[in-house]
Amino acid sequence: MPVTVARSLDDALSALEEHPNALILAGGTDVMVEVNKGTRPVEQVISIGRVPELQDWEHEGDWLHLGAAVTYTELMGEELSSLVPALAQAARTVGSPQIRNAGTIGGNLGTSSPAGDTLPALFALNAILTIRSKTTVKEVPIDEFITGVKSNSLNPGELIEKIRVPVLEGPQEFCKIGPRNAMVISVASFTLLTDHQEKQVKSCLGTVGPVPIRPTEAEDFISGEVNWEQNTVRPEVLDNFAALCSSAARPIDDHRGSAAYRRHAIRVLSRRAASRVFSEEIS
Amino acid sequence: MSDLKTETPVSGPRIGESAPRPDGVPKVNGSFAFSSDLWHKNMLWGGTLRSPFPSARITRLDITEALLIDGVQAVLTHEDVPGQNLYGLEHADQPVMAEEIIRYEGEPVAIVAADHPEIVRRALNAIQVEYEEMAPLTDPELAEETDFIHPDGNLIRRINLRHGDQEVQGEIQVEGIYEVGMQDQAFLGPESGLAVPGEDGGVDLYISTQWLHADRSQVASCLGLEEERVRITLAGVGGAFGAREDLSLHVHLCMLAMRTNRAVKMIYSREESFHGHVHRHPAKMWYRHHADSKGNLLRVEAKVLLDGGAYASSSGAVIANATCFAAGPYRIPSADIEGVVVRTNNPPCGAMRGFGAVQTCVGHEAQMDKLARALNMDPVEIRIKNALKPGDKLLTGQTITGTAPVAEVIQTCAEHTSTCQESTDPMSLPGGAGRTADPEHISRGEAIAVGFKNLMFSEGFDDFSSALCQLENGVATITCACAEVGQGFVTLAQQITREILGVEEVILAPAATQTVGSAGSTSASRQTWMSGGAVQKACEEVRVKLLEKLAVEHQVDIDNLVLVDGQVTSLNEDFTISLEEATSEPLEARVEYRHAPTFPLDENGQGDAHVSFAFSAHKAVVDVDPELGLVKVVELITSQDVGRLLNPLQAVGQLEGGAAQGLGLAVMEEVLVTEGNIRNASFTDYLIPTALDMPPVEIAAIIEQPEPGAPFGAKGIGEPPSISSTAAVVAAIREATNLELPRVPVRFTDIVSVEED
Ligand SMILES: Cc1cc2nc3c(=O)[nH]c(=O)nc-3n(C[C@H](O)[C@H](O)[C@H](O)COP(=O)(O)OP(=O)(O)OC[C@H]3O[C@@H](n4cnc5c(N)ncnc54)[C@H](O)[C@@H]3O)c2cc1C
Repeated sequence: MPVTVARSLDDALSALEEHPNALILAGGTDVMVEVNKGTRPVEQVISIGRVPELQDWEHEGDWLHLGAAVTYTELMGEELSSLVPALAQAARTVGSPQIRNAGTIGGNLGTSSPAGDTLPALFALNAILTIRSKTTVKEVPIDEFITGVKSNSLNPGELIEKIRVPVLEGPQEFCKIGPRNAMVISVASFTLLTDHQEKQVKSCLGTVGPVPIRPTEAEDFISGEVNWEQNTVRPEVLDNFAALCSSAARPIDDHRGSAAYRRHAIRVLSRRAASRVFSEEIS
Repeated sequence: MSDLKTETPVSGPRIGESAPRPDGVPKVNGSFAFSSDLWHKNMLWGGTLRSPFPSARITRLDITEALLIDGVQAVLTHEDVPGQNLYGLEHADQPVMAEEIIRYEGEPVAIVAADHPEIVRRALNAIQVEYEEMAPLTDPELAEETDFIHPDGNLIRRINLRHGDQEVQGEIQVEGIYEVGMQDQAFLGPESGLAVPGEDGGVDLYISTQWLHADRSQVASCLGLEEERVRITLAGVGGAFGAREDLSLHVHLCMLAMRTNRAVKMIYSREESFHGHVHRHPAKMWYRHHADSKGNLLRVEAKVLLDGGAYASSSGAVIANATCFAAGPYRIPSADIEGVVVRTNNPPCGAMRGFGAVQTCVGHEAQMDKLARALNMDPVEIRIKNALKPGDKLLTGQTITGTAPVAEVIQTCAEHTSTCQESTDPMSLPGGAGRTADPEHISRGEAIAVGFKNLMFSEGFDDFSSALCQLENGVATITCACAEVGQGFVTLAQQITREILGVEEVILAPAATQTVGSAGSTSASRQTWMSGGAVQKACEEVRVKLLEKLAVEHQVDIDNLVLVDGQVTSLNEDFTISLEEATSEPLEARVEYRHAPTFPLDENGQGDAHVSFAFSAHKAVVDVDPELGLVKVVELITSQDVGRLLNPLQAVGQLEGGAAQGLGLAVMEEVLVTEGNIRNASFTDYLIPTALDMPPVEIAAIIEQPEPGAPFGAKGIGEPPSISSTAAVVAAIREATNLELPRVPVRFTDIVSVEED
């Protein structure tokens, strides 16, 4: 099968224009599993793992621009983990060192799995994707990009160029449950961001619905209850927040975990995450 | 001998010294050739079509379309099996390819050879099979009252063991029901091999296996060939743990090679591998223990039910172990144990490290803890009080004549103090990389368990190994068909040879059926004793031949000749000759080695059925997050009875690896089967411990009490580490949670109870 190894973004876009239905190959950690299984017929491949423009990231004012081919290992690095801690923590939970060296954030978006570990953080951050073809460029908010279980709004001829996320002031948390202590597919995950400037809590539930879920009611509730000066919160607020998060979940039963356990897990994780970033007021 | 001066002392490791594996570095750097790396000029690729249903009748099987595909060289079905379309380790009850009835998901239906793996895939898709699905028998408890799913019936074996006075009742009685899930051996190298047609109408098969000669007799009978015309050579084995005792692609490969008259290679995918080998038997166990008020065990009653799956494999021997060792390494005067293994439409089960003793260890150790609690006794004390010792009788009535340092393994393991600290970093708490817990969410538990099993084959089986030793120009060559599957025979054979012949260089010839007799299986912790014994005996015979020859040739007193460091020297005469010179004409010895005979169990499960026993204890320290049901094993401490330590480095490897496998069964490893279908046939969903799951193994003690009758006094050490580790981990989780946890693996929903939606 013909493979184009793109050396520049323009290379990649030209190849895509010529073969709009070609398979885009980044780290290959999802693609090769399917190819080896025989469930992914491949006619034409465009490899983007060596496109410098896609491997770069840039911190500009309040924004961070991440090239689609930025790897998990890079996300976990010192600089990025101080800018987007939740994303870095999520990256650390992905696979093994080998997978993290190869796998990319763009690939996680491309696969659009309900268990994709960077997606909840990107939802909570209201990430904006730059989608480019040879002739067009557009910005798509993450919740319009991901449209369902393993489906997204990418059209033939397009690729994800970069992902733009705000750099927030305040602690962030990502926690993920799996039946093993590392290298495991998420059974449920919880992301919590604090925005001290806007005095807002943003959060997202992972793996408990077809797409990541923002528990907006819970976010609004806790944002209004936090003592932003002291960075504290009353214990019963944490309990209510956890209950609201858990009731926003829409989990399913599968061989990795029951719906009931997943809902329970969201309650526990959301409470713990919130009590990591806010001290509990002693009543 | 210390005052003997020699010019070139033997520097290679001898008995008792750490011998690094010759295949260690190549395996790490990727240069080791596994069976999946085999290649042959002009070779074809093979593939297997499997039933998607666990129970069905084939109503139509049409291969015409597949045969029309360009590049397809053969498509074969059961009709093409040249000999008997049945094989099996104990009973030939499993078809090479299904004839009409499908008995488990993944049962082979047709095989293909083609020019390229992609063409194989297309050909398999082009074979048309129509099935009439039938209701699968999936509940082992219903097997005996359900219509036969196999002409041999649904009962594979029942043993009713009755020992001592059946009227005994204990003042204290504890009861429990325990369950063990289906574990997979999870070797890394999937089934693979290469068959090359022979000019004599026979076939050469290169394959990873545990027992070359047992493969040969089964393959020959399926191919309708004399055994001599089936030549099997061991290819690089990527782990075994019992999963390579049964045939998998052996006959298929040979059939395709013989039909196409070309070499054929086949490799199972990971998913296919889960259907291509047997698993550890899931178990349901009921126990009632009786003790007096001082904690002396008086009687044990138990029923052990194993699910054998669709075919017998080695189920008969597994249930014998589960029955004989059902109550653990304790002195118990009265017992009534029923062991049953049945046939179902679940995946076939058979051999796996620990072989029946793993499941029952989960049961008997939980019972010992219950008993300790009922008596308000220390769990270590009650175990030591009842520990078996030499001269005691087993439940089978057999008296232990060898060593049995049971109290020693328990004591040393219990006394070894934990060195692990309280963890604070979320990464090292339960949940690991997922950072789900903080220290205040964690509760810690610690517990001990002890287990044992037999070494070598039992119940009157004619168990032997063969070896050939050749000594020429001072270089020894050992030929033995012992399958090296990672256990370390390759270093051991050299160590033994150096020890006895005083040579430096020891060549190990390939393990193959055509050069030497059977070595028996690399299982049952038997090869150190059996093939080690055969190598020892062959070397001794060569040594005697050499000394006799020299005594005659040089007129020296044979009793004063010693063979050390590449020289033969007389202790009282002025005579020295280099081994190289002395063996310019080759000497050789070909031997068979047998262990002491064993005897069948009688109708009450009584008899001297076993040769020797090995014991181990584990102490586990676990952290549990009770609210999320997540577990982290923070420390495993072990003591093991080894007879004598032959290769310390290898022993540590066995103790660590076995404990990892036991930990896996305790907290994560399970083949999930619903209505006969495997739901997690991949390493994405069949989870084995990672570096974040497996703590360091602390070896509290390696107990060396030489075993009478064993070569060098050494016992096999491969299986005990995976027996008591599981029971220790689950007991520690019980301690941390105060939950009963009667089932392994412990799932998060066993620890946290959640309301169903
Ligand atoms: C052993 C193992 C463990 C894993 N563990 C985890 C885990 O814990 N958590 C997790 O979330 N995932 C996990 N994964 C899945 C995988 O690693 C991630 O989804 C990863 O982000 C995929 O990135 P990649 O660069 O390898 O993508 P690829 O496999 O190259 O591509 C994935 C998909 O994205 C598309 N794509 C890639 N880049 C672009 C782009 N720039 N524009 C448009 N489309 C694009 C591809 O066409 C393809 O459809 C694991 C995979 C393996 C094999």
